Amino acid sequence: MPSDEQLLLLDFWVSPFSTRVKIALAEKGLSYEIQEEDLLGGKSDLLFKSNPLYAKVPVLLHNGKPVVESTNIVHYIDETWPSPQLLPACSYGRSRARFWADFIDKKVFDAGSNIWRSKGDELEAAKNDFIDILKKLEGAMGVKDYFGGDEFGFVDVILIGLTTWFYAYEKYGGFKIEKECPKFAAWINRCKERDSVAKNYIDPQKAYEFVGLLREMHGVE
Amino acid sequence: MGGDEVILLNYWMSMFGARVRIALEEKGLNYEYREEDLQNKSPLLLQMNPVHKKIPVLIHNGKPICESNIIVQYIDEFWNDKAPLLPSDPYEKAQARFWADYIDKKLYDSGGKITWYKNKEDAEEGKKELLEIFKALEGALGDKPYFGGENFGYVDISLIGFYMRFHAYETIANFSIEAERPKLMAWVKRCLERKSVAKSLSDPKTVYETVLKFRKIRGLD
Repeated sequence: MPSDEQLLLLDFWVSPFSTRVKIALAEKGLSYEIQEEDLLGGKSDLLFKSNPLYAKVPVLLHNGKPVVESTNIVHYIDETWPSPQLLPACSYGRSRARFWADFIDKKVFDAGSNIWRSKGDELEAAKNDFIDILKKLEGAMGVKDYFGGDEFGFVDVILIGLTTWFYAYEKYGGFKIEKECPKFAAWINRCKERDSVAKNYIDPQKAYEFVGLLREMHGVE
Repeated sequence: MGGDEVILLNYWMSMFGARVRIALEEKGLNYEYREEDLQNKSPLLLQMNPVHKKIPVLIHNGKPICESNIIVQYIDEFWNDKAPLLPSDPYEKAQARFWADYIDKKLYDSGGKITWYKNKEDAEEGKKELLEIFKALEGALGDKPYFGGENFGYVDISLIGFYMRFHAYETIANFSIEAERPKLMAWVKRCLERKSVAKSLSDPKTVYETVLKFRKIRGLD
């Protein structure tokens, strides 16, 4: 990367969406600066200016120009620095990758949130819904090692960051992914062996403690 | 392109299906249109979109592509010899994807508060939200003829299908989009002059009458 290129990531340390972007940047061998945002205390002026509609992290500023929404950012990183390519080369493969990225975005984090936000029968239903989603994703992976096929790719990047909060879901939901979806658990471990993932993987214990804080804030007992 | 079989599974009232129709027309492609009865979905639809079971679905030489914005990107990338729908610059592309995603996240739900209101407060809330969304979109449009700039493109295609619902929104919530958001309506009129758009949108009055019919069926009226 030319030395006059600047990358700044507006981040929140426990955000699994920020983790996606960090992994993508690492896959491309890109260096960047981080500005930590205090989402619970007070967001910075730069965040409000860069992302006026949502005021959310992550935001990637490339030479001062903001790109927002984590999946969109990963797309942008892949297109701007094409090597190694995260999306498949052929149009059909790309449409499948985008489909599963969209499915993940629509379903996984919200289903996880439903687990830690609920109790009793609702909790049981939320847990089953979450496991069902993981099973669908296992189906998408098929017999391959990664969602990208033989190589770690776009969908793997989109999903692996979200798994940092799965320990919290397991604790509050009373289940183990290793038992319910062993293929999915194997995929998580496979990804964690990659440098880009290992270096940026949020400590699941710390994520679990953070979710505990969220539960208090939402009045879940 | 010789030998290509292109089938679109759609529902006449769908603003998402309209996106795909417009993209196919912009590219000058021949395709077979198949109307789905959403109360009685065809085996083909269920086979081609087992995850969501929704329209639109594009079937290209037997292979399904699902989710309207993903289909439009596929059409643009596969038939890339004419009428580019997305910008070539990665930053401009990221902006286009951001706005298409914003439209997806916001417009359907807020519009739905109006069309499927249970009490007057729902419709009022929907109307306020809709006007805020339109204001943000007018900001994105600026002084350009289209969201894509000089050329009709991805964001225009993402949004214009919702025009089919405008008459329903206005009549039910008792307001005029023209009066409140004239710049947006000027953009609508500009789009309606395009053959691809005129061919792909159903009559807003027919849409409104069908909304009323569905309201009765759902016991809302």
